[in-house]
Order: sequence, then C-alpha cells, then structure tokens
Amino acid sequence: MAVKTGSVERLVGSYHAWASNGASRAPAWLTELRAGGIARFGDLGFPNMKQEAWRFTSVAPIAEGTFALAKAPTRVPTLDDIRPFLLLEAGPRLVFVDGFFQRSLSTPFLDDVQSLAHVVTHRQDLVRQHLGQYVATQDRPFAALNTAFVSDGAFVHVPAKATIAEPIQLLFLATGNQVVTHPRNLIVIEREARAAIVETYASLAQDVYWTNAVTEISAGDGARVDFHRVQRESSRAYHVAATQTHQGRDSTVNFHAVAFGGALARHDIGAVMAGPGGRLILNGLYLLDGAQHADHHTTIDHAADHCDSHEYFNGVLDGRSRGVFTGRIIVRPGAQKTDSKQTNNNLLLSGEAHADSQPQLEIYADDVKCTHGSTVGPLDPRALFYLCSRGVGEDDARRLLTYGFAAEILGRMEVAPLRAQLDAIVRGRLAQP
Amino acid sequence: MKKGNVLLAVKGLRVAVAGNEILKGVDVTIRDGEVHAIMGPNGSGKSTLAQVLAGHPAYTVLAGTVTYQGKNVLDMKPEERARAGVFLAFQYPVEIRGITNSYFLRSALNALRRERGEAELDPIDFLQFLEQKLKAIGLDDSMMNRPVNEGFSGGEKKRNEILQLAVLEPRLAILDETDSGLDIDALKTVAQAVNQLRNPERAFLIVTHYQRLLNYITPDVVHVLADGRIVKSGGPELAQELEARGYDWLRDGVMVS
Repeated sequence: MAVKTGSVERLVGSYHAWASNGASRAPAWLTELRAGGIARFGDLGFPNMKQEAWRFTSVAPIAEGTFALAKAPTRVPTLDDIRPFLLLEAGPRLVFVDGFFQRSLSTPFLDDVQSLAHVVTHRQDLVRQHLGQYVATQDRPFAALNTAFVSDGAFVHVPAKATIAEPIQLLFLATGNQVVTHPRNLIVIEREARAAIVETYASLAQDVYWTNAVTEISAGDGARVDFHRVQRESSRAYHVAATQTHQGRDSTVNFHAVAFGGALARHDIGAVMAGPGGRLILNGLYLLDGAQHADHHTTIDHAADHCDSHEYFNGVLDGRSRGVFTGRIIVRPGAQKTDSKQTNNNLLLSGEAHADSQPQLEIYADDVKCTHGSTVGPLDPRALFYLCSRGVGEDDARRLLTYGFAAEILGRMEVAPLRAQLDAIVRGRLAQP
Repeated sequence: MKKGNVLLAVKGLRVAVAGNEILKGVDVTIRDGEVHAIMGPNGSGKSTLAQVLAGHPAYTVLAGTVTYQGKNVLDMKPEERARAGVFLAFQYPVEIRGITNSYFLRSALNALRRERGEAELDPIDFLQFLEQKLKAIGLDDSMMNRPVNEGFSGGEKKRNEILQLAVLEPRLAILDETDSGLDIDALKTVAQAVNQLRNPERAFLIVTHYQRLLNYITPDVVHVLADGRIVKSGGPELAQELEARGYDWLRDGVMVS
C-alpha cells in the first residue's frame, strides 16, 4: 500500500523541474534510469510502519518535512574546515559538499577515483554496465528516489589485478539547512583487484537536512574490498541510505559500518554472494544518545555455494535512543556449504533506551551452517565487579566495558590506519581515555 | 620465627545472601606473609568468605568486623580494597569483551599507581614491566592480545588470575578455588607461580575444596569451614588428615580448635 502524501507529489514535481532543466543533457540511458526511479518512487510513496521492513521506524519527519533539492554551496569549505572529518591526510580523496563534487578539496586518481558526473561522460560504457545493476529499487522507495536524482557521487574503479595501496576517502559534507541530497556512489573492483575505502557522511553544523544516499559495490572474482562507512551526520539530520554489495567467485568483502549521527537514520545493507567461495564480514557499530533513532536493515543473500558470511552488529544505546537491527539471511536452493553467522548485541546504558533485534533466516538448502544470536541488556554486573576488584573505579569500569563493547567491532578492521582513527573517534564519543 | 603484624582480622563475621545466612560467625587472623588455607565441603561458605572480603555487592554483612591494616574493610568499595592491596583470584573469572588482556592489566595497574601517587605507565613501559612479570612466573605472552578471558580454557583463565596477582602486587591475595577444574600440569604451573609470589610482605588466603593444591603450596595455617563456621584450625598436617578422612568427622563432631 502506497502512502500518497503531498510531499510525494512535491518530490515528483521537483524531479520534473530538475530533469527538464539542469539534468537535461544526460545520455539517454541515464535519463531512462532516472525516469524509472521517479516512476517507482511515485508508485511506492513513503514507507509506513505497517510494512514489515519498516515496523520499528517511522519516516514521518522526512515525509512531512520540506526539503529543497540542495544547490551548489555558495561558500565552499576550506581544507581546514574539512580536516576534522578526514581520517587520513594523504591518499586518493573525493570530497562532496551538499552533494556537489569539490575538485579543490579532492585528490582524484586518474579516471579511477573520480566524480561520477565526470565518468558518466568519460567512461560511459563502464558506468552504464554497473550503475543501478545491484541495488534493488523494486520495493525500496528511497533507493528509487535516489536513482531518480542520480547526478553525482563517488566513482571508484580498480582494474583487474590492480591494487590501490592507500585507502580511498569519500567524504560527503552537509552545509545546508532544510535541503536534501542524493549522493550516488559506484565502486567497481574488478577481478583479483584490491582496495580499501572509507565513506564518511558528516556536517559542518548541527543543521536539519536529509541525506538520501546509495552506494553500489561490485567485487569481481577473487577481488578484495575493505569498505568502511562512517555516518556522523548532524544529530538533527535525517540519513537514509542503501549500500549494496555484489560479490563474484572467491571474493572477499570486509564491510564495516559505524553510525552515530542523525536524529533518524536508516541504513539498508544488502550483500549478494553471487559466486562460490565468497567471504563476507559485515561488521557494524551504532552509538546512540539523546532521542536518536537508528535502524540497520541487513540482507545477506547466499546465491552461490561455499560462501561464508559473518555478521556482527553491536549497539550502544544511551538516553532515550532506539536502535533497530534486522538481519535477514537468505540461503538459496543450491547454496550448499553456506557458513553464516550473525550476532547482534545491544548495550543499554539507560533505562529509557530501547533496542529491537530481529533475525530473519530463510534457508532453502539443506547442507548449511547458519547460526544467529542477539542480546539486549545493561552492563554485566559481574564484569563491573571484576574490574572494580582490580582497583578500577566504578565510573571508569563502566566506560571501559562500554568501550570494549565498541572495540570488539573496531578490532575486526584490518586496515590499521583507519582502525586507529575510528578507534579515536569512538573513544572521544564514549569519553574513554 | 618472629610473627609479623596482623594484616587481616575477621571477627564474628556473619553474612547472608538473598536472605540465607551463609557465614555464621567466622574468625580468622592473618599476619603479614602468612599463607592460610581455608578448606571445607561444598556449600560451607568458603567462596562467600572470599567474595565478601573483596566486596562483592551480592552479600549482606549481618554482624562482625573485618579489619585490614587496621582499617574497616566493610566500609570500603571493592576498588578501594583493591587499591589498598586486597586481591581476589576469581573462581569463575569474567569475560570482558573487546578489551585485550594487556589493556585491562595496564588500566588496573595504573588505577593502583594513581592511588599510590606514582606515575602511570605508558604502553611501552608497561610492556617491559609485563614481560618481567611473565618471565618471573613462567608464563608466555600468548594471552596478552586476546580479550580478557574470552575463549580462554579453564587453565588459561586461572593462570590469567595469577598473572593479575603478579602484576598488581597485592598485600593480601585471596585465591578462590583457583585449583578447581585444573589438570595436574596446570595445577603445578599455578602453584609454582604462587610460590614465586610468596614473600614476607604478602599474605595468602587460599580457598580450596581439595588438598592437592597444598601438596605444592605449603600453608602456615589450615582452617576447616563447615556450615558457615571455622570448626578446626591447624598446621599443614590438617590438610593431609582431611584428605585421608574427608570432612564428615568434623561436620558432625564437636568444634575443636
């Protein structure tokens, strides 16, 4: 059941105005992709809480809000402005402000680490081959809406057997108020290639805005991607995103998602294990406080045999915050020898914080190993006593245990400089020296 | 041998947990450098005594006093007791997710050093300190970069408790059934480490169900705890006698001291 609201019509209207004006010079295939997106969004409308995938999350603040399509920033931030959000000083980097690529703040690498708008014209065949091929928009209104407004975002391409040695940084910085951006990112790691990437969403001020992002990641046969995602939006912002990975034979994806921003954040993570022998680590951490609400909706699709997927999500919830985790695992017929493990642990630091955790296993093969487990609860009093009995004060012990809960997730990150930076950010957030 | 100063004096201690009185009047006096063993059947209150001395919040003290270095321990929080030099090696060491053993040990040691007005150790200095300690008690560093007790075998957990003892250098070390669940090799390792750590400045209270640990650690005094009371105290030979005769002759018998 679609919910038709005035704001759906407004968004469709703003699409037509944009498509006939600024976006009119796009190649025909892209225009077609966009038109399909807006048609789908118009059909679906905003999701509501009667829909299974949205049971615990209301998008009313977005549906009922007024967000203008972001315009190019009038004042471009300086390198000093963005430095707090950069995890690494050097290496390839793409910076977007309010959705617009900032060449002066970026260090692209050939045509392989570039703005999507640039490669849409310069590497049209490659982009066309991948863009929109992985993320499903059929039943996803936000991804459909993003597709309607595809114009710019990050493009990363690593040719077969190549390795980009330094981690690639993608930074999306918001400076506007009451605006919406639709960043669209495409990451193509060809066969036996390797790359490490960090994608960050952040804001310069505590503004109200809406980010509606989509990232598609293709890992070819034997490829390896270490993908890190840091969502540190303004605590008043709305963040909706879909990240979709697609893995070839014997490929490895290590996917790390850290989220602590946004008033309302919803992240759909999809992974398709399309070739045998694939390995996936889906490793997530959400740290919430105040009235924040974060919903992680993950779907791992074992479409081929002999694949491993290990999923770990930890939530630390303080104040009146709410964390939602859904872990859907599909094991297709014939996906024998699947080894799938899922855990979701939630730490409640306050009596008013709340966590919902729901595993959804759909298993259509018989020779598989699938386990799942979830916990919701306060700090373990036995662990507190253990630490105190070693001379650690009670407040320090609480902080240490809370940090440990987060560090468990950080410890799985294999790209040391990124792990160290994220560790510092998490420590700052949890006041752990 | 000249007797040391009284380090710990437990007098008439009565303790309840969840409304059940477990300790029904316990008296123990430990002097500097002494090694006391508390033996007794299951459910006699041995572990309760160990936990109460460390300040476990689940226990209610109904009556009696516990004085450590002349101070009323019962008024002190667990961390204050630890900083004053009381250490409990847990019967069931707790897993601490996400915190490596070396980070945990450094945090604990620095909490004690702050209390003593000493400079905190940075990771590099701590590593040197830790290596000395490991060497002294015959352990390797294989447990250091793993989360505290997580996935540790029974023997590893107990060795880890002894390592903490070595690092934190307490004045009073309480070992709560450190020998339970250990095979003979692990038992010997633990006993050798404890013997290394024995010195005139450090007293031990060893809680055990079995006599076998005392084949390797010779106590100065052996107490028998039965039904919440110390029913007999004696020298190391008492442990042998208990091994030979069991506990029943004491449980039903007249209190002898």
